[in-house]
Amino acid sequence: MSKLKQHGLIIVAGAVVGLIAAILSWQGNPYNMGFCIACFLRDIAGAVGLHRAETVQYIRPEIIGLVLGAMGMAMVGKEFNVRGGSSPVLRFVLGFCVMVGALMFLGCPLRMVLRLGGGDLNAVLGLIGFALGILVGTFFLRAGFTLKKSTPQPKAEGFVMPLISLGLLVLLVLRPAFIFFSSEAPGSKAAPIALALIAGLVVGALAQKTRLCMVGGIRDAILFQDFHLLLGFIAIFVAALVGNLILGNPVNFSFTDQPVAYNDGLWNLLGMVLVGFGSVLLGGCPLRQLILSGSGNSDSSVAVLGMVVGAAFCHNFGLASSAKGPTANGQIAVILGLIVVAAIGAANLNRKKA
Amino acid sequence: MNELDARGYSCPEPVLMTKKALQKGTPLKVLVDSMTPVQNITRFASNAGYQVSHRAVGEDFELTITK
Repeated sequence: MSKLKQHGLIIVAGAVVGLIAAILSWQGNPYNMGFCIACFLRDIAGAVGLHRAETVQYIRPEIIGLVLGAMGMAMVGKEFNVRGGSSPVLRFVLGFCVMVGALMFLGCPLRMVLRLGGGDLNAVLGLIGFALGILVGTFFLRAGFTLKKSTPQPKAEGFVMPLISLGLLVLLVLRPAFIFFSSEAPGSKAAPIALALIAGLVVGALAQKTRLCMVGGIRDAILFQDFHLLLGFIAIFVAALVGNLILGNPVNFSFTDQPVAYNDGLWNLLGMVLVGFGSVLLGGCPLRQLILSGSGNSDSSVAVLGMVVGAAFCHNFGLASSAKGPTANGQIAVILGLIVVAAIGAANLNRKKA
Repeated sequence: MNELDARGYSCPEPVLMTKKALQKGTPLKVLVDSMTPVQNITRFASNAGYQVSHRAVGEDFELTITK
């Protein structure tokens, strides 16, 4: 197989994702947050009242589009495969911990790359932490870590997340009084619904087709010297940077005055250590979990639900950082999260495997 | 014939299991449940200098890896 044929699609997909993120910021989403799985799940958790942080409540159409776009592409490619039952509660807890880490850093791995593409140098610390977390996770994988097999599940199981997404879309359009929508930033900063929904559909379809995964890129490079997924990761960075410059989004290479970010290097780093470590044990980054949840994978659906509940806890108990910096509660939670993820890793080593 | 059933395992376990099973020699047959591990294993084994082919077996896929 020629290199271009092998890697072309993932590079194109990454470039489109980066460009779409720049366009979404240009059209109203917060800067360097054109697309963010952690932030947007957090906003949705707030919109349905799971937390009452007034600045981060909105039903983000991008998430709805991601799930439905992934489902559509999986259907077309005959890859809608309903499976589950691989340690669901452990996956829920891992999803929860990943969210605690992401809201310490203020972004999922995708937003980390977008922050880099917007010149936010704090994300360099995040990237170092992310890679460290993944490295630790690969030690566990090499030692035989497994959450055991999934098995085929009833077809209906695979449609739960797509149906929840459709339900959220109805709530977004009808805007009933019991749904919370922020009137101040960053929850109030949003691209038009139709644009955000289409963006989500496109990214969802592309990510399903190409298996785009932020964690997978670094993980496979470490484990197999396979740089395929990493090419997608790099393409997102380049396209976001170029897109931001073309569209006039702010691009200032510095540690200070970055949108929805703070400059405490240690906690930016440790937050992403937790995200990287937890995501490796889950088998993919938050974006990938969301894509799989639309492709019939009920284990990933449980991980996503863990992230949503984790986000609610983060805001109900003051764990989430803000532009002012991390909170003491959040710092304790990240340390506890690292201990929990390490314990889950250590408790599931199967030395006899294969 | 060396055989491996990697159906149901999350990324990247099927690839790690294949890597380990290849130490016992080829040809190796690997059963997986979706195209994602098919592609991952194919990329890994090709990069390592093996010949890889796959075919659908019902809902699953069977890879054949030879030197």
